[in-house]
Amino acid sequence: MAAFTPPPLPSDDNRWKIVNGTMRKNGFARHALIETLHTVQQSFGYLDDDAIRFVARSLRVPLSQAYGVVTFYHYFNLKPPGRHTLTICAGTACYIKGADKLLADAEKKLGVKPGKTTGDGEVSLMMARCVGACSRAPVALCDNEVRGELTRAQMIEQLERWTVA
Amino acid sequence: MSAENDVRTLTIDEQEVSARPGQTILEVARENGINIPTLCHLDGLSDVGACRLCLVEIKGSNKLLPACVATVQEGMEVSTDTERLRRHRRTILELLFAERNHVCSVCVSNGHCELQAMAQEQGLTHVRLPYRYAKFDVDASHDRFTADHNRCILCLRCVRACAEIEGAHVWDVMGRGIDCLVITDLHEQWGNSTCTRCGKCVQVCPTGALFEKSKIGTERPKDPQFLPYLNLMREAQ
Amino acid sequence: MTIEELEQIAQSVRQENAKYDYEVNVCMDLACASQGSGKLKEELEKSAADSGKRILVRRTGCMGPCSHGPLVRIDPEERLYEHVPPAKAQRIVDSLGGAPIAELQCDLNEHFESQVRVVLENAGYIDPEKMDDYIARDGYKALLTVLLEMTPGGVIHRITESGLRGRGGGGYPTGLKWGTVAKAAGGVKYVVCNGDEGDPGAFMDRSVMEGDPHRVLEGMAIAAYAVGASKGFIYVRAEYPIAVSRLTTALREARRRGLLGNNIANTPFSFDVEIRLGAGAFVCGEETALIASIEGKRGTPRTRPPYPASSGLWGKPTLINNVETFANIAPIVRNGGKWFHDMGSERSKGTKVFALTGKIANTGLVEVPMGIKLREIIEKIGGGVPEGHTFKAVQTGGPSGGCIPAEMLDVGVSYDALLKMGSIMGSGGMIVMDDSSCMVNVARFFVEFCMTESCGKCIPCRAGTAQMHTLLTRISNGTGTLEDLELLEDLCVTVKEASLCGLGQTAPNPVLSTLKYFRNEYIEHIVNKRCPAGVCGMEAAAEVLA
Repeated sequence: MAAFTPPPLPSDDNRWKIVNGTMRKNGFARHALIETLHTVQQSFGYLDDDAIRFVARSLRVPLSQAYGVVTFYHYFNLKPPGRHTLTICAGTACYIKGADKLLADAEKKLGVKPGKTTGDGEVSLMMARCVGACSRAPVALCDNEVRGELTRAQMIEQLERWTVA
Repeated sequence: MSAENDVRTLTIDEQEVSARPGQTILEVARENGINIPTLCHLDGLSDVGACRLCLVEIKGSNKLLPACVATVQEGMEVSTDTERLRRHRRTILELLFAERNHVCSVCVSNGHCELQAMAQEQGLTHVRLPYRYAKFDVDASHDRFTADHNRCILCLRCVRACAEIEGAHVWDVMGRGIDCLVITDLHEQWGNSTCTRCGKCVQVCPTGALFEKSKIGTERPKDPQFLPYLNLMREAQ
Repeated sequence: MTIEELEQIAQSVRQENAKYDYEVNVCMDLACASQGSGKLKEELEKSAADSGKRILVRRTGCMGPCSHGPLVRIDPEERLYEHVPPAKAQRIVDSLGGAPIAELQCDLNEHFESQVRVVLENAGYIDPEKMDDYIARDGYKALLTVLLEMTPGGVIHRITESGLRGRGGGGYPTGLKWGTVAKAAGGVKYVVCNGDEGDPGAFMDRSVMEGDPHRVLEGMAIAAYAVGASKGFIYVRAEYPIAVSRLTTALREARRRGLLGNNIANTPFSFDVEIRLGAGAFVCGEETALIASIEGKRGTPRTRPPYPASSGLWGKPTLINNVETFANIAPIVRNGGKWFHDMGSERSKGTKVFALTGKIANTGLVEVPMGIKLREIIEKIGGGVPEGHTFKAVQTGGPSGGCIPAEMLDVGVSYDALLKMGSIMGSGGMIVMDDSSCMVNVARFFVEFCMTESCGKCIPCRAGTAQMHTLLTRISNGTGTLEDLELLEDLCVTVKEASLCGLGQTAPNPVLSTLKYFRNEYIEHIVNKRCPAGVCGMEAAAEVLA
C-alpha cells in the first residue's frame, strides 16, 4: 500500500499548525477526530466545511462520518460565534429557579433563538446543559464569566451594555 | 473441545432447537422456520440492534433481548410472540409511521415496502399517536437515484452497505435524536458527493426513501439478496 | 518514589505549614469564585503580607455550603466565615489572634454534624494545584502500599470486602467489576474514569476533579494495578474547563514525581493517563457510548453483552468507573474494607456525595452515610425550604430519576430504596421543589431533556421521547385529553422496556413517578384546565374555551 501523505494545510494561517500539532501528537490516528475538532474550535471559534474536510482527510475519516460526529456533539459550532456570548444554563436547578424566563427574555431582547447570533454579529445566545454551578441557580455565562443568581433585570442590563458598545 | 460441547440446545416458542455457540437467536429461529420481525437487520450487514422489533422474551429474565445480536445460551427458553412483544412491536411501528411522512398511496415503494408489509403482518390498523408532520427534503440531484427523507426510518442499512460492502462510506448519519438525518459527505447533495454510483444503498433500503429514478412506477421490488453472496465471495478470496 | 520519600515530602509540608500561626483557607470553587473569592484571596494575601503576622493564605476546593459563599475558614481555630466580600480581607487579618468577626460567622453546626467526609475529606483543606498538599494528607500512600505490599487479587478482595458500589448511578458492585476485568483474557487492558457528569443539577464529580484531582488519579492507578492495565483515560466534559486544567496539572506533577509513568516506585508496574474531552452529549455517560466517544466516534451506545469488561475500548477489556467511585478507593485501601463496610445501610455501603440544590436554604455539596433519611438531608442539612413555601418533592437521579413526595421522606437513602420509590440514586443530584413547581411541567422538562439528548439510534427512545413530549405539552397547555394520558402511559412502558440503552430505559421515570405521586395534578390540567402551581400558562386551553 502506498504511504499516506496528509493533505497540505488549507492556508498559511498559523492556527492550522496548531491543529496539525494535535493530530501529529496522536499519530494521525482516527480516534483523534474529536480531540482535533476541539483544537479547531479553540483556534478558530467554530468549524466550517473546509476545516472538517481538512481534518477528515488528514485522519483518513470518511467525510460523512466526520460530519456525523461534528453534528452529534452540541459543543461544536458550525457558525462563527458573535462578539459576545450569553450562555444560559438549562440544568434542572436553574430551570426550577426560573432559567426558562431568562431565556424567554433574552430571546425577545435579542430577537434570536438559542444557538443563533444576532444579525449584526454582536451577540450569540446559547444554552448549556449544566455548568455545574447549580447551587447558585439560575446561572448564565456572560462571555465565559459565571454569573450566579442572575435576575432578569441584570441580564437585560448586560445585553444592553453589549449591544450599545 | 468435544463435538457435543459445540451444540447448544434451547427452545424457541416451545420448539426444541439446536444451535452452534455464538449463533444469534434470530439466525437459529430462521433456520427453524420461526419468524421474528426485523427492519434494521439485513443478512450480509453488521447488526446494530436498533429497530427493537426483534425483541424476544427469555424465561427467567424481565429484560427483553434483541434477537439479531443476542447469542444463544444452553437451556434458554425463548418466546418470540407474546402479547407483551406484540404490543411493543405495534407501538414501535406506530412511532415510525408518525415520525415522518409515510403516505403509502403516493409512495414509489407502495406494495413492496418492508415497513408497509410489517404493519400488515403485525396487525397495525391505525395510528393513535399524533403525526409529527415535519417536512423533509427530497434530494434528486443524483442522475440515477433519489433520496426522499420523508420516507426514511433511519435503519441505517444504506450507511452500513456503503461502508461495509462497497467500502466507500459516503453515507452516514448527522445530528441526533429526532433530528437525525442520513447524509452523503459533508451533508452535500448526493449528486455532487463522492458516491460511486453502485446503487447498493438503494437496493438495501426497506422503504421508498432511496429509489432508482428509472424504476418509478414499475412494479419491481428492491433486491438486497446480493449481500450474502458478496460476503461469501470475499471470504473465499 | 518510596514510602519513606513520600513521608519526607509530607513531613516537609507540615514543617512548612508549622511556620505559620494561622491558615486562611479561601474556597475558590465555581460557586464562591463566581461571587468574587478570587479577588478576596488577593486582598487577603496583601493584608497578610502587610500585617507582620505569620499567615498562610490558601486556595481550596469546595467547602460545601455554596449558598453561604464566598467561604473562608481560619485554622487552627476552625472559624468559618460566610458571604465574605473582598473588602473584609483587612478585618479578617486584623482579627486573627483576637475575637471572631460576629457578622461574618457562619453557624451551620446542624449542616455539618450529620455529614461524614470520605470522598470530600480533603475538600477545603488542600490547594488542588499542589501535589504536596495532597501528599501531606496521606495522598499516594495507598498506591505505594498496594504496589509494594499487596497482590492485585488482594486489592480486589479489599474493594469487594468494602461493599463499594458504582457511584455513577447503576450501583454495580465495584469489586465484582474489577474482578471481571482482571480475569478477562488479553495483554492490553484499559482503565477509564467517567467524568462526563451529565445530570443537570449535579456537580459532585466536578468538585472532586477540581478540588482534589490527585485522589482520582490515585484511585485509577490502584485500579490499573488490580486489573492489569497500563493505560488510562479520563473522559471529562468540555463544559468543565477548570477540571481539565487541574487534572492536567495533577498529571504533570504525578509524572514528575514518578507516581505515574514507567516502573512506578521501582516496581514492574507502569501506568499513565490521558485526558479526553467530551463535547456536550449526555448519552456519553453510558459506558458503551463513552467508549465510542473516546474512539473519536458518534457517542451512540451499542447493545450489551459484550460488556466493556470483556470488550471495551478498541475491543480490549476495559474497566469504567465514575469519578466518585475512584475517589473512594484510596481511603478504602488505607483504612481497610471493613471500615468502609461499617458505614451505610445493609446493601449500600459507605457514604454518598449529593449536590443539594433547588428550593432549599443551604444549597451545595454534602456527603452523608448511606441509609440516612431523606428528611435529615433536606430539613437538617439543607435547612429546609425557605420560608413562605412548602416542600413538594425532591428529585433524585437527574433525567433518569424520579420525584419523591413529602410522605416518603422518612425512607433511608440507598440504591434499592430509591429504586423502589420509582427514582434512582443516579450520580447524586438532589433538587428540592416547593409548591411553586408544577409536576407536569417538571416531567415535561425532563422528557424534553431526554428528547434532545437521545442519540437517535433506537426507535423507542428517538421517536418515543418526542411523542411523550408532544403529549405532555398538550397536557400542560390545557389541550390534553384523558385519552392522551392513557396513550402517554402506554408509551412510557414501551420506551422503558424496548429502548436500547439506559437513557431510553429510564427516560419515562420522571413521568411515571410524577404520575404515581401527583396524578391529581395531571387530572387538574386535563379536566379542569387548571395548573395548581400556576406555572403552566394554559394559553391554548383559553383559546379553545373562548
